[in-house]
Amino acid sequence: MADAALFEFLHTEMVAELGAHHSDPGPGGQKMSLSVLEGMGFRVGQALGERLPQETLAFREELDILKFLCRDLWVAVFQKQMDSLRTNHQGTYVLQDNSFPLLIRMASGLQYLEEAPKFLAFTCGLLRGTLCILGIKSLVTASVASLPTCKFQVVIQKT
Amino acid sequence: MSRPAHRRPEYHKINKDLFVLTYGALVAQLCKDYEKDEDVNKYLDKMGYGIGTRLVEDFLARSCVRRCHSYSEITDIIAQVAFKMYLGITPSVTCNNSSRTEFSLILDKNPLVEFVEELPAGRSSLSYCNLLCGIIRGALEMVHLAADVTFLQDRLKGDRVTEIGITFLRKLDEKKYRRKK
Repeated sequence: MADAALFEFLHTEMVAELGAHHSDPGPGGQKMSLSVLEGMGFRVGQALGERLPQETLAFREELDILKFLCRDLWVAVFQKQMDSLRTNHQGTYVLQDNSFPLLIRMASGLQYLEEAPKFLAFTCGLLRGTLCILGIKSLVTASVASLPTCKFQVVIQKT
Repeated sequence: MSRPAHRRPEYHKINKDLFVLTYGALVAQLCKDYEKDEDVNKYLDKMGYGIGTRLVEDFLARSCVRRCHSYSEITDIIAQVAFKMYLGITPSVTCNNSSRTEFSLILDKNPLVEFVEELPAGRSSLSYCNLLCGIIRGALEMVHLAADVTFLQDRLKGDRVTEIGITFLRKLDEKKYRRKK
C-alpha cells in the first residue's frame, strides 16, 4: 500500500491550501496559517503517540525518549531515521534530517527557502504532540539552512 | 532489537494511520473554518482535485496500466488497481446506465473512516470522504476525461453502503470522431 505517497500528497495540498486560505497580506497572516498546520500536526502526533507499543511508554530518561523519536517514530512516519541528535543536556535538543522527505520534492539548495517553514510546521506539531503523550511538554521549531536538510529544535518546558 | 523497527507490525500501522489521522484533523479544521456543510464538502472536493491531478502521475508510474478502450475498463482500474494501491481496498463496480457512462463504486470497507463512528453533531450533510471524489475527478481530468464524481450513498449518513458515483461526461466514440478530422 502506497501509504507514504498519500500522506505526502495530502500534506502538500494542505500546505498550499491552508497557507493561502488563512493568510492575509501581512506577516501576522502567515504566522496564523503556520500555527493552524502546527496545531493539526499536534493532534495527529497525540493520536499517533496513543498508538505506540506499550514498552515505549516505560522510558526512564528524557534522552531515551528523544532517541526514540529520532529512530523509531521517524522510521514509522518517514521510513528513515533522523540523521543526528545533539543536546546541551539542559533540555534543548537539535534533531537534524539531511534529506527530509517532505522537503525532497522541492528543489535542493536555496531557491525555495522562504517556502520551507510551511512544509515543516505540521511535523513540528507532530513531534510536540507525540512528546506530549509521552509526558513531555515542549516547544518545537524548525529551521532550514539549505534544502532538503532541516533541523528540528526541541526545548523541554519545565512546569 | 530482533527486527528492524520499520518492519515491526505496530510501526506499519502507524504509517497507515498517519494518512487517516491527518485527514481527520483536516476535516476537523475545515469544520472550524466553515459553518455550512456544503462549504466543507466543496473545499474537500477542491483539495482532492488538486491531489488527484498530481497523484495520477504517481499512479501511472507505479502501475503500468495499458491504454483503456472503455469507461468500464477505466472504472475497473480505479477500483481494482488504484483503490487497492493507495487505500488497500477494492470497491465493487456497477454500471448504472445502458450507454455505459455512469458507474458506481461500492465501498464495503473504508479506511478513511476507521476512527470515525458518526458525523459530528450538527454536521448531517457533511460528506466526510469528499476528498476521494475530488481525487478521482482530478486524476481523470489529467488523462483528458471529464467526469462528475459524487457520493450517492454514505454509511456515515445512515445509508446501507457507501457508494461513489462516477458519470463520464463525453461519449468515448465522440472523442474518436473529433480526432479523425
